[in-house]
Amino acid sequence: MKRVHPIAFGLLILAAGAWGGLALAEPTVPTGMVLIHGGTFKPMFRSTADFKEVEVKPFCLDQLPVTNEEFLRFVQANPRWQRSAVKRLFAGATYLKHWAGDLELGPEAPPRAPVTFVSWFAAKAYAQWAGKRLPTTAEWELTAAAGYTNANGELDAEFRRDLLAWYSSAMQPLNHVGSGRTNFWGVSDLHGLVWEWVADFNTSMVTGDARGDTGLDRQLFCGSGSLGARDVSDYAAFMRYGFRSSLKADYCVHNLGFRCAKDL
Amino acid sequence: MKRNILKQLSLLALASVMTSGLYAAEDQVMANGVKLVDPEVTGEETAVLTQAPHVPPPITRKHATKVVVNMEVREVTKRLADGVEYVFWTFGGDVPGSFIRIREGDQVEFNLNNHQSNKMPHNIDLHAVTGPGGGATSSFTAPGYSSRFSFKALNPGLYVYHCATAPVGLHVANGMYGLILVEPKEGLPPVDREYYVMQGEFYTMGKYGEEGLQYFDMAKAVDERPPYVVFNGAVGSLVGDKALTAKVGERVRLFIGNGGPNLISSFHVIGEIFDNVYQEGGSHVTHNVQTTIVPAGGSAMVDFKVEVPGTYILVDHSLFRAFNKGAIGMLKVEGADNSIVYTGKEVDAVYIGKAMDSGSEQRVAQLKEAVAEEIRDNPKIAKLTKEIQMTKGKDVFMQTCFVCHQANGEGIPEQIPPLAKSDYFAKMTDDEAIHIVIAGRSGEVIVNGKKYNGVMTPLNYLTDDQIANVLTYVRNSFGNEGGVIGADAVKRVRATIAPPTNTSQFE
Repeated sequence: MKRVHPIAFGLLILAAGAWGGLALAEPTVPTGMVLIHGGTFKPMFRSTADFKEVEVKPFCLDQLPVTNEEFLRFVQANPRWQRSAVKRLFAGATYLKHWAGDLELGPEAPPRAPVTFVSWFAAKAYAQWAGKRLPTTAEWELTAAAGYTNANGELDAEFRRDLLAWYSSAMQPLNHVGSGRTNFWGVSDLHGLVWEWVADFNTSMVTGDARGDTGLDRQLFCGSGSLGARDVSDYAAFMRYGFRSSLKADYCVHNLGFRCAKDL
Repeated sequence: MKRNILKQLSLLALASVMTSGLYAAEDQVMANGVKLVDPEVTGEETAVLTQAPHVPPPITRKHATKVVVNMEVREVTKRLADGVEYVFWTFGGDVPGSFIRIREGDQVEFNLNNHQSNKMPHNIDLHAVTGPGGGATSSFTAPGYSSRFSFKALNPGLYVYHCATAPVGLHVANGMYGLILVEPKEGLPPVDREYYVMQGEFYTMGKYGEEGLQYFDMAKAVDERPPYVVFNGAVGSLVGDKALTAKVGERVRLFIGNGGPNLISSFHVIGEIFDNVYQEGGSHVTHNVQTTIVPAGGSAMVDFKVEVPGTYILVDHSLFRAFNKGAIGMLKVEGADNSIVYTGKEVDAVYIGKAMDSGSEQRVAQLKEAVAEEIRDNPKIAKLTKEIQMTKGKDVFMQTCFVCHQANGEGIPEQIPPLAKSDYFAKMTDDEAIHIVIAGRSGEVIVNGKKYNGVMTPLNYLTDDQIANVLTYVRNSFGNEGGVIGADAVKRVRATIAPPTNTSQFE
């Protein structure tokens, strides 16, 4: 018998609860955002002192990553975040390096492509300016765990195949946002386009030497699920955790963008 | 509560940024402002990095120095086999990664540069490093960034390096491994040629040879069932025009590594014996080795003198890897033949084996009956049976009869009667001849006018076929002319002869 994934199980219960609540009062979801009903998130890595599960309350998440066009409006409104003006402490030397100028996108930064070469500080400042915030790892991962047709992507073979293909193919020129399929929640491009900043990116329990990290949480591998049950979608999560752990808040990377979240 | 935690986290992030800024500005200076100096080290040089199968030149300097290594990580789409592509993650653009050569005592400044077009963060664990993670804890690097750390090469040997970023197995499975040689202070014994060969396996979605871009297959990796096991990153990377070369009389050293991630290699060069093996890349040298184990994440240094021209095949002697999964390379040796060491083919002849092992008589009988039937039904084959019987009969004769009757059938004067042109043998019926072979013969006999008085021992241990064949051979050899004697006749005669008995003393 196939084990029901704990996340999926939690999700089903919570989703059911949330739907029940919906009938009573429809929350307001801003334009361009999607309501995520929340659920229980089990971190991929955690120390013994960390919570085994994180409860994720319902929240709103941008349907799409922030684009060059949108980020341009932000730097127009906030000159101190323009490329030539930004403080090095808050954004490294590669900040918006693919733009043609301070206020000019140019050929390497199509307006509808996701903005990249942005630091965590810049992403956070953008979110504040937009009246939003960056999603937490738990929120992001919970949303990204959904497949095309199922809140638990592990049960969605087509989703899993696409996910794996992206992780094991070379980096391609960036598509416009929204060119990928939307997932179960109605969110696009969580996979297959760019990595995304999260608010607590540096809490990933991956040290520089990832091999010691499995020792941080043996039970995640041996107790709560057998090793054989760890499958490709978990491996993809591994890679995301690995990626986040390699970052510093001033880093600006060619394939790293962000999207915003908002409390209900 | 949660917001407070987040605030603290952002402060932490800020702090880490500031620290990294400091390091950038205060290069080589420790946090307490003291610059560490290694008294043993003089001078500075940049390491020569080579792609397999090439190896940087031996180190001639007699002192430790500061060696700067600039290693670039590239994620590249390349050929895994003909028509098969794979996204390799590489140290230096190729699998295996660039060969690094330093000397015991050297101070190495290692710069890991993660190319900005890469998708993944990477780091490096060099097994030559004494320190946490072998450098991995200090070299975790996002795409478009660079990390630096330094280490002192304390132990000589041939070491594997590899990426140790989560998920480690995947990074290694995608090709992130290479070799670093730490030459001992006294250097390695000089050789004529040095080559770099590294084994690794690839876990593709498609089976061996399935064309197109192949994705990594997690399930196969966990089960350790790779469709590909290859030397130097691709099927055929060391064959044909790309084969290793040497000339007769030269000494060849192979630096062999195994990236794994799972399999242990039984490294063997067909037709060569390793004169010297630095086991597992360490300092202990053994001699006269046929096959040496190269652990996953381990190495071996072997050298041997090539004496005879020809093509020598490098294999993982777990042979299905070699012949079905790609683990084959070639060393082509040119030069003059040396027929003392190796003659080449001297005899090219038919070989017909000895009698069958016991225990399979029933099956053999069935097969023979089937063959006999086939022969009877096929006149073309039937004509050949005499020849076959004679060929087989000659083997029996040369094993059993020739000691007495001599290879030419002339016998031994006054002791053993001749079979060649023997009037006695010619007059004898087939049944009588069979009887003599099975039961032996003693007493006076006159052959070709000469008197003999000896004993022929019973040869009843010979099978019906062997007796039929040997008699057919004798009937038609040494100038004799006769027919064919069949096994069925032998069987019939044998049945008339009482088996020898050892029970008489009790009667």
